Amino acid sequence: MKTYDSKTYDVIIVGAGHAGSEAALAAARMGQKTLLLTINLDMVAFMPCNPSVGGPAKGTVVREIDALGGQMGKNIDATYIQMRMLNTGKGPAVRALRAQADKGQYHRVMKDTLENEANLTLRQGIADALIVEDGVCKGVITNTGARYLADAVVLTAGTASRGKIIIGELMYSSGPNNSIPSIKLSENLETLGFKLRRFKTGTPPRVDGNTIDYSKTEEQPGDTTPNAFSYETPDAAYLTDQLSCWMTYTNATTHQIIRDNLDRAPMFSGVIEGVGPRYCPSIEDKIVRFADKPRHQLFLEPEGRDTEEYYVGDFSTSMPEEVQQKMLHSVAGLEHAEMMRPGYAIEYDVVEPWQLKATLETKVIENLYTAGQMNGTSGYEEAAGQGIVAGINAALKVQGKAPFILKRSDAYIGVMIDDLVTKGTNEPYRLLTSRAEYRLMLRHDNADLRLTQQGYEFGLISEDRYQNFLTKKAAIDAELARLENVRVKPTPEVQAFLAEKQVAPLKDGVLGVDFLKRPEVTYADLVRFVGAAPTALDHRVIEQVEIQVKYAGYIRKEEAKIAKLKRLEAKKIPDRIDYSAINGLATEARQKLEKIQPETLAQASRISGVNPADIGILSVYIQQGKIAKVG
Amino acid sequence: MAHTVTEYDTIAAISTPIGEGAISIVRLSGEQSLTIANRIFKGKDLAQVASHTIQYGHIVDPETDEVIDEVMVSVMLAPKTFTREDVIEINCHGGLLATNRILQLLLANGARAAEPGEYTKRAFLNGRIDLTQAESVMDLIRAKTDKAMHVALNQLDGNLAHLIQNLRQEILQVLAQVEVNIDYPEYDEDELTTKMLLEKADIVDQAISELLKTAQQGKVLREGLATAIIGRPNVGKSSLLNYLLHEDKAIVTDVAGTTRDVIEEYVNINGVPLKLIDTAGIHHTEDKVEKIGVDRSRQALEAAELVLLVLNQSEALTPEDQELLTLTKAKKRIILLNKTDLPTALTKTMLQPYLHEGEQPLEISILTQLGTKALERRINALFFAGIETNQNTVMVTNARQIGLLRQAQQALNDVRQGIAAGMPVDLVQIDMTSCWDKLGEITGDSAPDELITQLFSQFCLGK
Repeated sequence: MKTYDSKTYDVIIVGAGHAGSEAALAAARMGQKTLLLTINLDMVAFMPCNPSVGGPAKGTVVREIDALGGQMGKNIDATYIQMRMLNTGKGPAVRALRAQADKGQYHRVMKDTLENEANLTLRQGIADALIVEDGVCKGVITNTGARYLADAVVLTAGTASRGKIIIGELMYSSGPNNSIPSIKLSENLETLGFKLRRFKTGTPPRVDGNTIDYSKTEEQPGDTTPNAFSYETPDAAYLTDQLSCWMTYTNATTHQIIRDNLDRAPMFSGVIEGVGPRYCPSIEDKIVRFADKPRHQLFLEPEGRDTEEYYVGDFSTSMPEEVQQKMLHSVAGLEHAEMMRPGYAIEYDVVEPWQLKATLETKVIENLYTAGQMNGTSGYEEAAGQGIVAGINAALKVQGKAPFILKRSDAYIGVMIDDLVTKGTNEPYRLLTSRAEYRLMLRHDNADLRLTQQGYEFGLISEDRYQNFLTKKAAIDAELARLENVRVKPTPEVQAFLAEKQVAPLKDGVLGVDFLKRPEVTYADLVRFVGAAPTALDHRVIEQVEIQVKYAGYIRKEEAKIAKLKRLEAKKIPDRIDYSAINGLATEARQKLEKIQPETLAQASRISGVNPADIGILSVYIQQGKIAKVG
Repeated sequence: MAHTVTEYDTIAAISTPIGEGAISIVRLSGEQSLTIANRIFKGKDLAQVASHTIQYGHIVDPETDEVIDEVMVSVMLAPKTFTREDVIEINCHGGLLATNRILQLLLANGARAAEPGEYTKRAFLNGRIDLTQAESVMDLIRAKTDKAMHVALNQLDGNLAHLIQNLRQEILQVLAQVEVNIDYPEYDEDELTTKMLLEKADIVDQAISELLKTAQQGKVLREGLATAIIGRPNVGKSSLLNYLLHEDKAIVTDVAGTTRDVIEEYVNINGVPLKLIDTAGIHHTEDKVEKIGVDRSRQALEAAELVLLVLNQSEALTPEDQELLTLTKAKKRIILLNKTDLPTALTKTMLQPYLHEGEQPLEISILTQLGTKALERRINALFFAGIETNQNTVMVTNARQIGLLRQAQQALNDVRQGIAAGMPVDLVQIDMTSCWDKLGEITGDSAPDELITQLFSQFCLGK
């Protein structure tokens, strides 16, 4: 292909999925002239798998993206067909919002946003190779021969990277949902010295909603209480006309059909080489691994308002089409279901993420960033969370500013990126609340308090919104201070209230905060006895006050742990450290440190195989270097 | 996922050689030094006193209010200290017993046992030691750590490690159940209630208590070997006692609340702690009628693990001597033929019918101190032989393990308190996880992602 010089940009994003969209918007909004290249303009922000956003940990990520000035929260708030708050019976740290998306709308609204963003050019094209000079990325070359130059490039190629779809005995080269795969870019990355590996994921069949017998399933309606992902979406915008999901189960017959056809399952016949995730197994995998479980739950989820396609959740499979049909028909409610698309497995290339820095810039090539499923994660939210971090960092790099790194104690996004770059991953990585050691601090209700300031400093948060944020913060502080001083006295009203709750009466007056700490007392109860705040408080302010008072003991414990960690985070490991020159490091630790090249002592301490003695030696070595320089 | 952040913990260690010297020093270094020391120190508020001063007071177990030792405490605030951190030095009575109990209290109250070379390392990191010493510090850390790990592994030899691992696995299953309810709320997995968490906490707590009991049963460090000095009147029991007390700077402790109101005295024989039983009785019987002597001896014998039977070799064997020899035959004992400074009337051969196979009575003159060193060696040998034979049972012996077990128990206490306060299960779990982490520190297990691996092997999850 004869190439030609096309335009020059500040930042180029390759891939317009959930990571690419956030990266492009962040860079453009930070003032960079940005190009967003995608293989197919009709698949911008496309959801090739489940039509939903949020859930435990993931929902918090959406809020974090929103607090940083990203788009995912606003986009789902504009396009959902059902909204539910999960884990309402548990503590505040694990409550989670999840929305069912109108898949077509989600794509269209995001595409519209991208098209109307100043500084941003959205263009169809396949990036075949990177332009690299002296280890620095300078741009990309497309399959049509265009040479685009830029100061920073972000790759978010997702499952298109040498993608291969597998359905039973059928196997063909393809990106997600039968799109064009990206082949040459993968080859180019290998030539440039990147280590790639194969991962596998899959999606279930879709069925025609007109052919489902809903009477044999359980309805799962949305919530009536308003909620939204974005801090900018008002309660008044809450959708009252929501669509339901439906729950059904597999049974002994389904399992028998699967067992009878295991020899045709690519997962077991050896056709699939890629590593699949443990948390997202195919139905055939579940039957084999959990043989004594009599049934598995399935969720029938509408894919949108203007389509009859239903996603059969938890029924991911790569069985031959014929077997998939039999499996579906064995399920209650699906006896006569028409399968509109078969489920499939997809194999694709990922960049081993330990080749990245915490900024998502690669260690192999400067000014090149990778984000999203390409880094070994799975999930739209995980992709978007990396996307915004990569986009912000690409822009900062172009501007010559200090990089943006989220720590494990700052955000779920920080936990995810640290896990990826420190430990790598052996399977498609999904965020779980259990991956966060400070999850009480990383709540979905306080993402704005944690991150809005940073989003504002990057220029991603509007002045209006920032002022609202400051007002909210001040209101929380003022109310907490008031409750620290006001007393609840043992008046007949208070004693009657306590008697009604069947707890011991007050002997003496207590502070407002201490009264609120009692499990049976809510904020609403408290203000009955101490009066309301001087100005009426928003329910989100009250929520914060309640959480910060009621869980103060646990919050303090986590804060103490974080404070300790911060000091190790502050100890930077020099870029050009020669681990082989450090006397006394254990061999395994030396090898791991050479491979991962941790940026701080804290990160080094999280590498498996690096024990406290090695950290001790390393810290002495670093200190020694500093003294030597000074002397 | 436990992360080992060790750099800024407050550390504690016994910084004088054990069992030597009149005074031992237990040293704390780190930000929390004052807070931790204050928790167990009864005297002036250490946070209020001037830096580089020394305070008189007592070390008291905050849980039981038991007075452990009378001490002098030096307060040295950063940066003018060896490590350039806040340093507290507790000067206590020498010997294993007091120093170990103090160390254990510090560990139970928030300090971490210092690693080998860690004080020096901190001194270096904080710029206190100069560059030329850096390499040797690193060598030191590596060498001592390897050695310490080797020792630790031997000590953990199977049984204890196995038991702790089982406990951790029990907790892990509960944690995974909590996690699955959180991360997969729409699944019909059984909801783990706080009630179930409480049951598990009780089971683990029970097991830890049993383990801590073995730490006491072991008596290796804490209690000392219960030792009875017996013999009929005027054979030299009192002199022997005085010799032991005098030579080894004994700590005399009033143990209140026991039914007989006895006084127990501790002595330290070259690092081996002995708890002398009924020392009051020993003095007492010297001037009372013979019958009482035997009765008291009989009582003392019941509790004794080691018997020092004193005979007067300048007199012939009396029926009373014979009775005592028979009484103690089943016990671990050392027979002392005292008063070798006087003419011999009782020989080893004459004792032969009363002895075990191979038992060697020890000829001694407490008055002239001839043979007293041999006695000390004999006590040492018996003591360490006792440890050897205990190797097949699970036994927690060192202060680090005991400290961590206490902290694990504390975490379980927090679990119970959280449940009582109506906290949701995912918060109560924070303390359950902390218990799991502490137990992991004992065995050195901290495989990454253990919990997530458990989650996916225990439950069938996915879209």
